[in-house]
Amino acid sequence: MKRRSLMTTVAALAVMMGSLGAALAQDVLKFGAAAPKTGPLAGGADVTHWPAVRLWVEQTNAAGGLQLADGPALIELIEYDDQTNPQQAIQAAQRMATQDRVDFMVAPYSTGLNLAAAPIFSQLGYPQITGSNVTNQQPELSAQFPGMFFVLGRTSVMAEDTAQVLVDLREAGDIGNRVALVNVADAFGIEMAGISRAVLEENGFEIVYQTSYPLGTQDIAPIIDGAKAANPDAFIAWSYPGDTFALTDQAIVQDFSPSVFFTAVATAFPSYYGRFGQQAEGVLGMGGVNPDDPAFQAFATAHEDLSGQGPDFWASASTYATLEILGQAIEATGSRDRAVVMEYLQDSSNSYETVLGPVQFNDMNDNERYWTVGQWQDGVFRGVAARGRDGVSDVVLKDGWD
Amino acid sequence: MFFILITGLLLGGTYALIAMGLNLQYGVARIMNLANGEMLVAGGFAAFWVYTAGQVSPIAALIVVAPVAFVVNWLIYRIMLRPLVKRAKSRGALEVDSILATFGLSFALVGIMSWMFGGGYFNYSYLAQRVDIFGSSYGQNRVVAFSIASLIAAGLWLWLSYTRAGLRMRAVAVSPESARLVGIDVTAVSALAFGLGGAVTATGGALISMFFTLDASVGVLFTMKALIIVIMGGVGDIRGTIVAALILGIAETFVARVIDPGLTLAAAYVLFLGILLFRPQGLFGKKPT
Repeated sequence: MKRRSLMTTVAALAVMMGSLGAALAQDVLKFGAAAPKTGPLAGGADVTHWPAVRLWVEQTNAAGGLQLADGPALIELIEYDDQTNPQQAIQAAQRMATQDRVDFMVAPYSTGLNLAAAPIFSQLGYPQITGSNVTNQQPELSAQFPGMFFVLGRTSVMAEDTAQVLVDLREAGDIGNRVALVNVADAFGIEMAGISRAVLEENGFEIVYQTSYPLGTQDIAPIIDGAKAANPDAFIAWSYPGDTFALTDQAIVQDFSPSVFFTAVATAFPSYYGRFGQQAEGVLGMGGVNPDDPAFQAFATAHEDLSGQGPDFWASASTYATLEILGQAIEATGSRDRAVVMEYLQDSSNSYETVLGPVQFNDMNDNERYWTVGQWQDGVFRGVAARGRDGVSDVVLKDGWD
Repeated sequence: MFFILITGLLLGGTYALIAMGLNLQYGVARIMNLANGEMLVAGGFAAFWVYTAGQVSPIAALIVVAPVAFVVNWLIYRIMLRPLVKRAKSRGALEVDSILATFGLSFALVGIMSWMFGGGYFNYSYLAQRVDIFGSSYGQNRVVAFSIASLIAAGLWLWLSYTRAGLRMRAVAVSPESARLVGIDVTAVSALAFGLGGAVTATGGALISMFFTLDASVGVLFTMKALIIVIMGGVGDIRGTIVAALILGIAETFVARVIDPGLTLAAAYVLFLGILLFRPQGLFGKKPT
């Protein structure tokens, strides 16, 4: 399923027409991207991944491409559908490297697919700058795959900051000690719930209800019923998109309204607010942005103009940032030689200007400044907890659904 | 206890909506339709589209969705599946061919839907209010979907049991060869059953879209569920499908609420295996003669 983006071609043509004489001399940098267009994660990739990638390509080309030592080069983007299948992700990477001979690759979408593709990126010598990959194994991964970089953050920190939101609210006397904790039964949900439980218990919270549910479940009534019966002050769900929607929907139907209502992936999607409107006010979730930041606002406007939908308030921007970082590394070295660019990326003294603000990798290829918890407030998903980012808003208590 | 029972029934009603169409297609037309889930998602997308674009109620949309789905499925049978039926030397051969053909069709449908609607998540808010039954709250949309599922099931059962066309359909379901001997146009009846099954499936999709988050690729989950229910209930028997769907719904809700929500899938498969062990033909299926 190879599709060369029409937009890219049009943009490229427009730029070439604009600079007639120089056009002939202009070079092309091939970028390959494989991510879900079908399969269970296609919905998430359609919001978070593809529009951000295409937007960066379009904007870069509109600005004349990337400046290499021997002149500017326009980006040609080659897209593949990995079908949310790790095996397909690996095959697509191989194909892009050997048949399409791409100069660089966009990292896949989601934690699982990034981990699956890491060995092949490493083996083929491509830098893998991930924007939608949350894991706790960064030290091990960066030791094993020195070309793998992490922009989005760590699971343990996400869980710790979520717990800290609860600690702060309890200290302010706003909530009590009782927490209901549920999770989707896959790698992400199990890992998050495990860390979350440990951190909450360390902080003296009582887990009054805990359960997991299978991936793909949308019949969530018994879970909300169980959580409601336990009468918690806070409800935390390490959920995926389908169940994030279903849990919220069911909580509204059963009028389960604890002071803290937290759902994970997709809470930050514009479609979440589109679906629940005013009822989403006060819902907490993973991620967040500073929606007042002009850089994010410009990104959001361009995103909407290109794809007809706004970015999500979390990983869309970090996905875009991965390409800004790669682009800046390529321009700084003026080279299309991956080894040269890789060396630049691995130099932890370099920093990059991105839509997230400045990004700098430490010696474990980890970006230490990122958003961890957000909340819907007045129609935008504001970051209410972050590491090293400005513009953190205060948390508000959820005041029922009606 | 009431909560478990009613939630289970509502879930079972949803399952019945998912499975009734497949039962007609597999039971009568003998096509193991692996694109069934995609047809369901297409029905959901159609409802989503008319609701968001025209503010038309997804229930009113059924007036258009059902006939369109009927025609589309009828055409699929006549154009794509009929040659397989003609060629097949045995029922086994037809099943293998139809599984492969509809498996391909499911990919094609996912591709078409992704192209038309994008790969994103689709849901909307319709009748997402509370309704209290015996002191517990349920979603109005689920109750409405259950009611319509009941009406469709009752209508189908009455039609199959008490009309001449229904009798012809049952005859083809039991034995296509013998049906031909008594002058039944098996091809026409099969095409009708396949089209009708598709219409019921798309109707189910439109109703489910009121409370499920759908995306273009999610169909396979519904196909799996529908297969389990049809086989549990007995191929070709509408009553069996409904009873199996309700049992499954109640069992899953019971396990989720009383034991552990993580075990619902396991419970479904244990139930499935148990029934297959003791009644391989399904709850209401006829023993092969």
